[in-house]
Amino acid sequence: MSDTLTTDVTDEHTDHHPSDRHYVNIAIALALITGLEVGTYYLDLPSVALLIVLFVLMGIKFFLVASQFMHLKFDSAILSRIFYGGLFLAVIVYTVALSTFRLFNLF
Amino acid sequence: MTEIGLTPAEAQAAALEQASGARIAATEADGHITSTGLTNEKLGMWVFLGSECLLFGGLISTYLLYKHNNQAGGPLPHELYDIPFTSISSFVLLMSSLTMVLAVGAAARGDGPKLRTWLLTTALLGSVFISGQVYEFQSFVKEGMGFTTNSASSAFYTLTGFHGVHVTVGIIMLISVAVLSWRGRIPKERAESVEIVGLYWHFVDVVWIIIFTVVYLIK
Repeated sequence: MSDTLTTDVTDEHTDHHPSDRHYVNIAIALALITGLEVGTYYLDLPSVALLIVLFVLMGIKFFLVASQFMHLKFDSAILSRIFYGGLFLAVIVYTVALSTFRLFNLF
Repeated sequence: MTEIGLTPAEAQAAALEQASGARIAATEADGHITSTGLTNEKLGMWVFLGSECLLFGGLISTYLLYKHNNQAGGPLPHELYDIPFTSISSFVLLMSSLTMVLAVGAAARGDGPKLRTWLLTTALLGSVFISGQVYEFQSFVKEGMGFTTNSASSAFYTLTGFHGVHVTVGIIMLISVAVLSWRGRIPKERAESVEIVGLYWHFVDVVWIIIFTVVYLIK
């Protein structure tokens, strides 16, 4: 019984592991997006357009690392809820806090 | 008597022994299994990372509030940024996430030599990032922006310094795991230990992804 449980846990972990090639492709995508971000910095874009482009690129990078490298895509859904829940809570709390200081009037 | 020929007392004793054996095996393999099917260690790390989102959220918010505040005089952080240099540092940290995930894969396969190679490569890339941060801080101080020069500089050094401390702790963890692996203490059954360290490392990377955009690239 104990041997069976040990084997099951290990096999489940191994099965959910994508190949090294998959991770290399993700890393290449991350490097390209970083290049795009830096390139955008030097473009003479209006502030709002720059903000939108940079935040979208940042979001894609964040999601790629969290879902692929941190295995959220392959792991139990409860982990995604804990992490994205904490992140969502942080974004809401600090957006409200910054609004009270009229930070967004600066843009 | 039960249908398999045991008295109720014997059946209960057998069930207890079976459950105990399962718990011991689970503990040896992956730590204590919780009712969620996850180990306490992994669940604990994710809860910790969720709370870290709030910590770094607070530090980033403070920087955003004070980034234009130089009432005390002196240069502001964004006047001194060297974007090409910081971009290379960011690239190095991103690539360290790749080597980390390759280390986790090697641990899952029970490939000790590759595990140690990728762990030490990750630690090396992290050290390069930290060296870059030390160089950046030194050049900022030479330009006249110290920790207490103005509110913006204090917020900047606190945010990036906290992140640097997290990276340094990660490097220590990586080297520790590499040493444990060298001593044969990280068999395939304990691959989750490497995965948990990897989660911390990737989190440090995603935090930098946010800092690089919000602090450095947004003008």
